[in-house]
Amino acid sequence: MAVIEVRMQPTYKRMEPLEIAEKIKESFPMDVVEVTSFRDQVSIIVKKDNIVDICRYLHDDPNLSFDHLQDLCGADYLGKKEPRFEVVYNLYSIKYRNSIRVKAQVPEDDPRIRTVTSIWAGANWHERECFDMFGIKFKGHPDLRRILLPEDWEGYPLRKDYPLEGPEKEWSGFADAIETAKKYREFDWEG
Amino acid sequence: MLLDTSTIGLVEVEEGTKILPPNLIITTIDNVVNWSRLSSIWPITFGLACCAIEMMAAGASHYDFDRFGIIFRGSPRQSDCVIIAGTVTKKMAPVLRRVFDQIPEPRYVVAMGSCACSGGIFRTYSTVQGCDIFLPVDVFVPGCPPRPETLMEGMMKLQEKIRREQARWSPWR
Repeated sequence: MAVIEVRMQPTYKRMEPLEIAEKIKESFPMDVVEVTSFRDQVSIIVKKDNIVDICRYLHDDPNLSFDHLQDLCGADYLGKKEPRFEVVYNLYSIKYRNSIRVKAQVPEDDPRIRTVTSIWAGANWHERECFDMFGIKFKGHPDLRRILLPEDWEGYPLRKDYPLEGPEKEWSGFADAIETAKKYREFDWEG
Repeated sequence: MLLDTSTIGLVEVEEGTKILPPNLIITTIDNVVNWSRLSSIWPITFGLACCAIEMMAAGASHYDFDRFGIIFRGSPRQSDCVIIAGTVTKKMAPVLRRVFDQIPEPRYVVAMGSCACSGGIFRTYSTVQGCDIFLPVDVFVPGCPPRPETLMEGMMKLQEKIRREQARWSPWR
């Protein structure tokens, strides 16, 4: 009995993540600040101004094809890094099975960056969460509201200078609930 | 005509309850009302986190809350009790208060798990540090999450509490 060995051979050449980083450095020499590699995970730190063009390039280039935005999140490096905030894009190419991480620097005095919802529609809610937690505003976002916290919440809780147990002033809805409880306490059964 | 209990065989089965065989029972209204209330506690489902899974397990056939007359209801207006199973966030607190306000008297609150009792590990901006801040809690069930047996004991504690009530049925209480 003949044994037929079938092996799937990819018809394309897979680029290493560091090669991709070099390619971006060539295409956007003014924007790339730093390329780091930690445990085979490559991160590219870029300036925020051309983030949409960089993402568009990563998404559209047939040799890269980062068609999947795994996650978009914020990071606060208060007192550790300057500028203070970063918006982190975790990208994945389903075709090439490649991952890469792009970090865009966002300063504290102007926490604004352009939206990437035109490239990955799924970025919509991620950017809303990032706005909710860090107060980073995404220019051109179709619906930039808080996503998890109530709309009249004050402050941005994942910022490092936000008090862990919340501000002194209680959120209005919760204060109302406590007020209701006080009002109706006299009707409680006292056994 | 007064009954002469010494001649017709009235048997005192427990304190305050006498039975005349075969089918006459003499007792207080408190006893009857409390017994019927504690035998059919209908909690509204209020699962908020992993405690809800244990609450569901307690309600399912292995632990079988139905045998205590505990049947989960989907509407606060048909419930006697709310089991707060999980982490109460500040955003959820007004909702929970509104659900509780819709439950008709007599009503009871069981706080299930560390989070509902005290905030648990979540000592943060978003979590209510114990739902007794805005609700009159009757029974605190500890655990993270409590096993179904623990919840069962909590419900039995609630039954004990109902059994001791006096004249809660009365309009001039």
